[in-house]
Amino acid sequence: MTVVIPDETPLAQQRQQRLRLWLLLAPGALWLFFFFVLPLLIVMLYSFATPGPTGNVIWEFNFNSYITLMGKDLYFNAYYRSLWVGIQTTVICLLVGYPLALYMTLAEPKQRNLLLFLVLIPFWTNFLVRTYAWMIILSNNGLINDLLQFLGFAKQLLYPSAGAVLVGLIYGNLPFMVLPLYASLARFDFTLMEASADLGAGRWRSFWRIMFPLTVPGVVAGSVLVFIPTVGQFVVSDLLGGSKVDLLGNLLQRLFTRSNPPNWPLGSALALVFMFVLTVIVIIYFRTTTEEDR
Amino acid sequence: MTNASAVVLQQVTKRFQNVTAVDAIDLDIRDGEFFSMLGPSGCGKTTTLRMIAGFEFPSAGVISLDGVHVEKIPAHLRNVNTVFQSYALFPHMTVAENIAFGLEMKNFSRADIKPRVDAALAMVQLANYGARRPKQLSGGQQQRVALARALVNRPKVLLLDEPLGALDLKLRKEMQIELKRLQQEVGITFIYVTHDQEEALTMSDRIAVMNQGKLLQVGSPTEIYERPSSRFVADFIGEANFIEGHVTEIGSPYCTVRASNGLELKGILQGTSPVGTAVTIAIRPEKLRLTVQAPDNVFTLAAKVEQVVYIGSDTRLTVRLSDTITLDVWEQNNRSTLDRDAYWQRDEAGFVTWNPDNALILTA
Repeated sequence: MTVVIPDETPLAQQRQQRLRLWLLLAPGALWLFFFFVLPLLIVMLYSFATPGPTGNVIWEFNFNSYITLMGKDLYFNAYYRSLWVGIQTTVICLLVGYPLALYMTLAEPKQRNLLLFLVLIPFWTNFLVRTYAWMIILSNNGLINDLLQFLGFAKQLLYPSAGAVLVGLIYGNLPFMVLPLYASLARFDFTLMEASADLGAGRWRSFWRIMFPLTVPGVVAGSVLVFIPTVGQFVVSDLLGGSKVDLLGNLLQRLFTRSNPPNWPLGSALALVFMFVLTVIVIIYFRTTTEEDR
Repeated sequence: MTNASAVVLQQVTKRFQNVTAVDAIDLDIRDGEFFSMLGPSGCGKTTTLRMIAGFEFPSAGVISLDGVHVEKIPAHLRNVNTVFQSYALFPHMTVAENIAFGLEMKNFSRADIKPRVDAALAMVQLANYGARRPKQLSGGQQQRVALARALVNRPKVLLLDEPLGALDLKLRKEMQIELKRLQQEVGITFIYVTHDQEEALTMSDRIAVMNQGKLLQVGSPTEIYERPSSRFVADFIGEANFIEGHVTEIGSPYCTVRASNGLELKGILQGTSPVGTAVTIAIRPEKLRLTVQAPDNVFTLAAKVEQVVYIGSDTRLTVRLSDTITLDVWEQNNRSTLDRDAYWQRDEAGFVTWNPDNALILTA
């Protein structure tokens, strides 16, 4: 019987390390390739194809879909409106979420856990159901209008409206803003606020000069997490906007399924251009907000 | 040093829910003084400092700064600055920006700020470090930045909350001397909180000893060490032998105490304790002498050596007087090496002597 001693030359070791790296990366890489890169390429391909008369796709390649996009206000307005709704939602979530996250950070541990739990509770119910709940709350015979009437005011048309869409979006996205902010604030050293006050800064100045800059990573993470899904969604604007509020997501959904006939090439082009715009916006946002740390 | 008061505390009390952290404290801290507040953790010294800074507001009592009542004025409007235990430097700013922050808040112009920041950096020997971030500095350097950031504002009083706590021993000793030098240079009143008695003795003009929210004694390092007013102070500052007993005779200058084993001991009475009161006699170990022969004409007690620890400069002995009383005796190794009294071994017999001036009779 012979004992085999493994040949542990540096080269063999290196090869083994590289193999290990590939094995670790493989599941994620394969997943991303098949379910992200490949579909994206297919969408790209579609965007250059020609729509057929029955909603089918004719494989004749041209720039017609992109030319159509540029030519119609409808599409420009959808982009514009979606971005605007996204910005409004993000800003309001930030304005509501920051004080909430700060309060949670400063609360006693017991109370803090309860608050964290309350922030997460809505996730236990299906998002659609929660959006339907808003329809009922805002409807003509809903909670708010009943309350208005009880207090002697006239009933208001709250739903369907752009305002209702915004309310629904803020409600649904607030936890995605609060949680990264909370994580950022929990790491913040509050002695720095005492140091700032000690050096003559009032609360407001201390906040802007010390606390806010040091929690920017949370602000960036929360804003991106709220902004990106908001601009692309179609469910909330469909349900709470009563098809009066045409956002990009609604337009896309219609182009792919509802219009007569469906137009996949135009839908693909619309999605790709928007993806490009969003990517540029997010990159600019990251660049301007994280400059400090370089 | 003038005799004007920089900070005066009158009956200052701070309660947190049911806990009284600071209990009716009176203090008069003089202009230009290096004043230390010393005590074990939780004694209320940091809370007192935070009330002077304006981070906490007293539940009762009056704090005046330079003659003006400030107990209700928030921190950012008080002319005091703090050096924090954790330094609390702003991590997103450079060293120079950190130091400039206070001047900026007081709306100094950029042209005025620059030379002051440079001077402050030079003062703490960090002239070329202005462009660095706090994280790129060592603990000792961060400490200096924290000092510069506070002193650049020329505060009436500088508050220091265990500022050397995070440094290693050697650096701490260096910084103690540095701090004292700085304080004399700038002439600003320093209020220094520490639990390290040696630090307090080394640097302070006066020391306040606190325990359980109460102020026990205020005095110079010598007064605190040589004439402690209570058993706690004698025990907390330095080492001391304690012998318990009752006052049997009030005299001048010496009073007599009968120890629990029947010995009659003389000492100086601190405070007032009538005949019959339970008291403790405190004697520092370096005030005791141990000799082979009983010395003539002085009070002496027979003793037996129980333990000998030689530490180079000193020999630390433990001797037994009776079944219940042992004493620590520190003999300085300054005698002739031929002197019999310089060498001791376990179980040897000798005589312990002390000057009754150094035996303090403290109320139990």
